[in-house]
Amino acid sequence: MGNKTALHQAHVDMGAKVVDFGGWDMPLHYGSQMEEHNVVRNDSGMFDVSHMTVVDVTGADAKEFLRHLLANDVNKLAVKGKALYSGMLNVDGGVIDDLIVYLMSEPGVAGEWFRVVVNCATREKDLAWMAEQAAKFDDVALTEHPDLAMVAVQGPQALAKAKVAVTESRAKLIDTLSIFQGVESEGWFIARTGYTGEDGLEIMLPEDEAVEFWQALADAGVQPCGLGARDTLRLEAGMNLYGSDMDENVSPLAANMGWTIAWEPQERDFIGRDALEAQRAAGVAEKLVGLVLEGRGVLRAHQKVIVDGVGEGEITSGSFSPTLGHSVALARVPQGTGESAAVDMRGKQVPVKVVRPVFVRNGKKVFS
Amino acid sequence: MSDIPSELKYVASHEWIRAEGDGTVTVGVTDHAQDLLGDVVFVELPEVGADFSSGDDAGVVESVKAASDIYAPISGEVVAVNEALEDEPELVNSDPYGDGWFFKVKLSDESELESLLSADAYAAHCESES
Repeated sequence: MGNKTALHQAHVDMGAKVVDFGGWDMPLHYGSQMEEHNVVRNDSGMFDVSHMTVVDVTGADAKEFLRHLLANDVNKLAVKGKALYSGMLNVDGGVIDDLIVYLMSEPGVAGEWFRVVVNCATREKDLAWMAEQAAKFDDVALTEHPDLAMVAVQGPQALAKAKVAVTESRAKLIDTLSIFQGVESEGWFIARTGYTGEDGLEIMLPEDEAVEFWQALADAGVQPCGLGARDTLRLEAGMNLYGSDMDENVSPLAANMGWTIAWEPQERDFIGRDALEAQRAAGVAEKLVGLVLEGRGVLRAHQKVIVDGVGEGEITSGSFSPTLGHSVALARVPQGTGESAAVDMRGKQVPVKVVRPVFVRNGKKVFS
Repeated sequence: MSDIPSELKYVASHEWIRAEGDGTVTVGVTDHAQDLLGDVVFVELPEVGADFSSGDDAGVVESVKAASDIYAPISGEVVAVNEALEDEPELVNSDPYGDGWFFKVKLSDESELESLLSADAYAAHCESES
């Protein structure tokens, strides 16, 4: 018996197949993973992501602490509510976790504070690492929020349908949000973020309001979706999954996370900086790419990738892509890999196309 | 609980076998198997004319979640395959005992039918695996 979110009974009542995920009993699907995937690409779906860990960072040194802790620079957050994606690295430059950080107050005004959302499977080590680093600062407080549920509403109709399911004042707030921005509202935090490659919202709210909100979304015509669809959606969108596509032994430079490292200003001393600068100077041996198999068969994690005359790599995430009708994968391969490779699929070498690691955005194929 | 029709025979690797009464059998995967697999996206079937001994690899089912081997549950020659699965692999999910059948075998040894699991024995097997 694992941990249960506030929505557990609602999932069971809606016919969810429940599986263990990082110690939590979570819905895998409510019947068909494919249908759930497609409804997010074409209309709207909702995911219970209450298992994720929410940590508020407050205190006079909150900002300087995060500028040290994260490879991306929270100083880029110039508008209240704005979100930033970042890796949290160890001193060797390996990825402890990837996370989203929101600026929760007016920028540049005393009392600036932040909300960080990290993965559930990494919760304990993340909290321990953050506490250890926070101890180096005079005034940083870390407050975890197990009292918050989190619901992601995703898809081209997600905003329109979510607005029907909330109060009029919250619907008006949703209209004010730009992409990657959130807003507080009487104990709720409504953010225009997600993990599907579609427009949508991630909404944190008090646990005791979660069931009513979930039902209101269902009544508005939003389809409940499980972790199965969440995984194929994020893979099509080319979004990394921690523990599969990168971990503590992988550099962000070899995980398509180079864009999340804020090298400037030079004097910002973030954890892992020295290691990354040395790697950058020496050259990084591997890169994360997309693989496309247009024929039959499904690429799977851990299958070997063979690049003629260059070397070998490995698939880190692979699945059938419901949007495209064939298989796609993320793979870590030698830096010199060109536009084609082969994958060892059950003993057979199958040719695949090598592309940038993003396959679908806003319902449309994005590679050629 | 998954559907386990009493008139069919089963093997522990989750294939079902229906004796057609003319020396041939029809083979598919069970409702329990399709439920474990989730959405099926490709089915690789054997060639018509292939000769199987019971337990041989006879094909592959690929779902969104995983690839799974299909085994020949009984010895004989493949006399037909379900070509509809090429374009509609989801039939394995929607109708595992009907339109989602995989292939038909002309038995080389009809006595092998005796060694297959009854519906009750298969139900107990599924229970023991869960």
